[in-house]
Amino acid sequence: MTTVAKDYTLAELMIVQAAEVFRNDGEVLATGIGVLPRLGASLAMKTFNQDLMMTDSEAYLLSEPNPISGRKSHEGQKSETWMGFSRIFDNVWSRKRHAMIGPTQIDKFGQANISALGGTYEQPKIQMLGVRGLPGNSISHANSFFVPSHNTRVFVEGECDLVNSIGYNPERLPKGYVMEDIDIRVILTDLCVLNFKGPNFQIGLQSVHPGITVEQVVAATGFELFIPENVPTTEAPTEEQLEIIRGLDPQDWRSKQLKDNPPGDRS
Amino acid sequence: MNKQMSPADVVSQIKDGMTIGIGGWGPRRKPMALIREILRSDLKDLTIVAYGGADVGMLCAAGKVKKVVFAFVSLDFIPLEPYFRKARQSGSIETFEIDEGMLLLGLRAAGWGMPFMPTQIGLGTDVIKVNKELKVIDSPYDDKEWVAMPALKLDVALLHADRADVRGVCQIKGPDMYMDEQMARAANKTFVSVEEIVETDFFAQGDESRYVFWERSLTTGVVHIPGGAHPTSCTPAYGFDVPHTKEYNASAKEGGFEAYADKYINGKTEAQYQELVGGLDAIKAIPLPVY
Repeated sequence: MTTVAKDYTLAELMIVQAAEVFRNDGEVLATGIGVLPRLGASLAMKTFNQDLMMTDSEAYLLSEPNPISGRKSHEGQKSETWMGFSRIFDNVWSRKRHAMIGPTQIDKFGQANISALGGTYEQPKIQMLGVRGLPGNSISHANSFFVPSHNTRVFVEGECDLVNSIGYNPERLPKGYVMEDIDIRVILTDLCVLNFKGPNFQIGLQSVHPGITVEQVVAATGFELFIPENVPTTEAPTEEQLEIIRGLDPQDWRSKQLKDNPPGDRS
Repeated sequence: MNKQMSPADVVSQIKDGMTIGIGGWGPRRKPMALIREILRSDLKDLTIVAYGGADVGMLCAAGKVKKVVFAFVSLDFIPLEPYFRKARQSGSIETFEIDEGMLLLGLRAAGWGMPFMPTQIGLGTDVIKVNKELKVIDSPYDDKEWVAMPALKLDVALLHADRADVRGVCQIKGPDMYMDEQMARAANKTFVSVEEIVETDFFAQGDESRYVFWERSLTTGVVHIPGGAHPTSCTPAYGFDVPHTKEYNASAKEGGFEAYADKYINGKTEAQYQELVGGLDAIKAIPLPVY
C-alpha cells in the first residue's frame, strides 16, 4: 500500500521524477550527477529497479547506494567491484549506462553544452568546464537531463553555443546512423517533465508539475515544444518514497538545491 | 639502477615547446611540487595534456602554456578553474578540446604505437568541427564514419604516487590510478614524485605488488617529495586542501596569480612552501573527501 504525500517539496518531487527515468532500465549503471539526480537514481535502486548499478562517486560499484549526506568516510559502504575512471569508460562504451546530468544549455535537438558560452570558440565569453564526457555519453548510452531552473537561457532558441553532445539533429547525423541510434529520454525541470516523443523526436511536454501551467512552460522555453492534447500533472511522491529519501539524505541537502526550496504544489 | 633525482633534475630534462602529460584527475593526486618547480623555471610554450585542475590553471597563469589538450579543467568542489578560465577568455592559449574517453584513447594509441584509435565519440558534435587536427574517416569494415582520435604522444609524463623504490617501481594505493599508467606508457620519459621511498622488498609483502600499475622500465626518475601533491589529494595519505584551494581561487578575483605565486612559490623551496601552508604534518592531517 502506498500513500500519496500531501506535504512535499519541489526538490522531493523532482527526486521522484528523476527516479522514474531509471524505472525500466534493467541492469545498467545509473549515474545521477548532482544531489537531486543522484538521490533519484538511488531511490530507483532502492525501490522499483533493484537491478541498477551505482558507484560511490569515487572508484567502486555499490550493491546498495550510499546516503548522500551524513557520512564521515567511505568505510562500511557496500562495495561490489572496483570501478575506477578507466573502467567507467569501458562501461560507457558497452552501453550499459543511463546518465542524468545538468547542462548549462539545451537546444531543440536535445544537444547540450557545459563547455563555453558566447564569443568565439578561440575566445569564449565564458569558459565553463569543457565538454567532459558528454560527446561519448551521448553517442554511447541512454541520457536524461536535469534542469533546476527552467528558462530561455537554458532552453536556447538556436543551437547551443558549443554542441557537446549529439542530439536529434538531421543536419549533424553522422554517416551510417539513424535517429533511433540516439537515446535521449527525459528532461526533468523545475516546471515540468519533457520527452522526445513529438513528431521527428521533437521535444514535447510529458507532464507539468502541480500548480504550473502549460503557458508558463512555453514562455520559459526558447524553442517550440510539442504539446499533446492532454498534459497530465506530474504525480506527487508517496509517503514511502519520502521516507526512503530522508534515509538517503539525513542532513537534508536536497532542501538547498533549488532557490528558496519551493513546495511541491505551487498552486 | 638508481633513478632517484631532485625536482630540479626533472625540470632540467624538460625543454621549451615540449608536450607534458600530467597525471591525476581534477583536484586529485597531481604532481604539484613538480608543477611548482616548473613555475619557478624559465620553461615556456608547453603543450599540456591533462584531466586538468589547478596544475593546468597555474601553468596557464604563469604563461608557461601554448596549448592545452583537455576534456575539462576543474577544481571539482569549485567547478570552474579560475586561471584556465582567464586564459581561455583572453584567447591566449590554443586548445584541443576532446571527450574524457577520447583523451584515454589518444594516450592508449601513443602507448601502443598506433597513429590513431577509431571511435564514434565526437560524431554529431562540435568536437569534430572546432578541432582541425581531428579527422573523420571511413571504415574498411562497415558503412559508418568514425573519428580517428590521434595518438597523444608525450615527451614527458609527470605523475605523483604513494611510494616507489629507487629502481622506479611505483605504487598507487589510492582507490583509482586515473589514467596515470596510460600517461607513463604514452610518454618518452616519466618522472614520478612520491610520498615515500621504500626498499624493493616492500613490494614482496602481502598484495603490495597488486598496487603497481606499470613496469619500472617506464619510470625515468623518482623524486622523493612527501606532501608533493598538495593542495590536491593523495588518498589515502591526505585529502585536498579546501581552504588553500579557495584562497587560490579567490586570488584570481583579487591580487592575481602573481600575488599567490609570490606568497607561496616564487623564490621559495618546496620545504618553505610546506611551512607556509602549515607544514607537512598539517598536510598529512587533511581529511579525505567523502562523496
